[in-house]
Amino acid sequence: MSDFEPKVVAFVCNWCTYAGADLTGTSRIKYASNVKIIRFPCTGRIDFMLLLKAFANGADGIIVSGCHPNDCHYTSGNFHAKRRWIVFKELMDFMGIDMNRITFSWVSAAEGARWAEVVNTTVARIRELGPYVSYKEMVNRPVEEEVRNE
Amino acid sequence: MNNLISKAKELLEGKAVHVVIGYEAGPTGVARPAFITDPSGADMLIYDDRCVQNLAVYLTKPEVKSLGRMAIVANLPVMRSIMMLISEQQLFAESIVVLGISDKGDLLDIADIQVMQAYIEKSDLSNPARDREPLTALNKLSPGERFSYWQKELSRCIKCYACRQACPMCYCTRCTVEVNQPQWIPVQSNTLGNMEWHILRAMHLAGRCISCGECGRSCPVGIPCHLLTMHLVDQVHDYFNIYAGTSDKMSSVLSTFEPNDKESFII
Repeated sequence: MSDFEPKVVAFVCNWCTYAGADLTGTSRIKYASNVKIIRFPCTGRIDFMLLLKAFANGADGIIVSGCHPNDCHYTSGNFHAKRRWIVFKELMDFMGIDMNRITFSWVSAAEGARWAEVVNTTVARIRELGPYVSYKEMVNRPVEEEVRNE
Repeated sequence: MNNLISKAKELLEGKAVHVVIGYEAGPTGVARPAFITDPSGADMLIYDDRCVQNLAVYLTKPEVKSLGRMAIVANLPVMRSIMMLISEQQLFAESIVVLGISDKGDLLDIADIQVMQAYIEKSDLSNPARDREPLTALNKLSPGERFSYWQKELSRCIKCYACRQACPMCYCTRCTVEVNQPQWIPVQSNTLGNMEWHILRAMHLAGRCISCGECGRSCPVGIPCHLLTMHLVDQVHDYFNIYAGTSDKMSSVLSTFEPNDKESFII
């Protein structure tokens, strides 16, 4: 599958990673263009359902990124997010959903180069894994077919 | 059991409570919840192995609350549910009388919330032994095998939400699945939506599930959905050393944090 271009959705916080990604651009650092960045007020705002909806709408990989611990603009949003991702990851693992397709990271506003690295490594990993066929199959399965299989 | 009946009678006669929530034998011999408002009805109360439902779910229902002050027949899972409801401010400790039942089926003397807390603290709070076996077996499978296992199980889901209705912790009057702007969970039953629903339910119960297994028991198509929440009970205990429903003052696991929470996957 050499012509496969992964679709990666990045959920980032406004104060650190989004500013960091801005710095990547103003520093003229090139990075994979497969990523589509969605800006949130805080990692604490990123609901796990949004990640599921990204996969349901055709994403092959996801990046979730925000401020380093102790650097949250709202003091504790990223700590809350951390607990949520610990639990979410364990649940996803238990249901057999491939957690290699989701990258969780902390990228500060000063880490423009690091943001490029996070995106590039994630895109390379998803390229290796290929399209998320098992999830896409589930999305595209028509209801009628499921009823027939009963 | 005689102790339970006489105690219930005494409470109702003295007008200490207006309703006793307990179990009675149904016409086919299956135990079913009973709401006893008259002292003479207390003779119908039973407590034995057939009494498996988690009665705490009724404590937050407006139809039951409107009857007045409540007494409830409570085994360990029910007591832990009551603790959770009090800690989440869904219930006043003063508004109920707990007719505690021990593991052996004897009536306990639960005078107040501290006595109940002491009883809960010295009990085994991990998942029940009958559920630990399938949990271990599932954890031994490869991710791909687990994925197809859950796909197969969840394909039977008919979106009746019995798992939600039976759960004492699912008391929201407007659940996310009833929200349609945006429509988070598809209304019809399809594999993707079924999986999204069960992920959502398990996530909303993370750190709040008290391992009663009522969700799996109430499922009309036999999906072992209680394993999802029970898996998170194990994980929450491993990561944060917390069991739900142990104190009336505990805060929910996902709405608090410790700065030194350990994880190894965030780069």
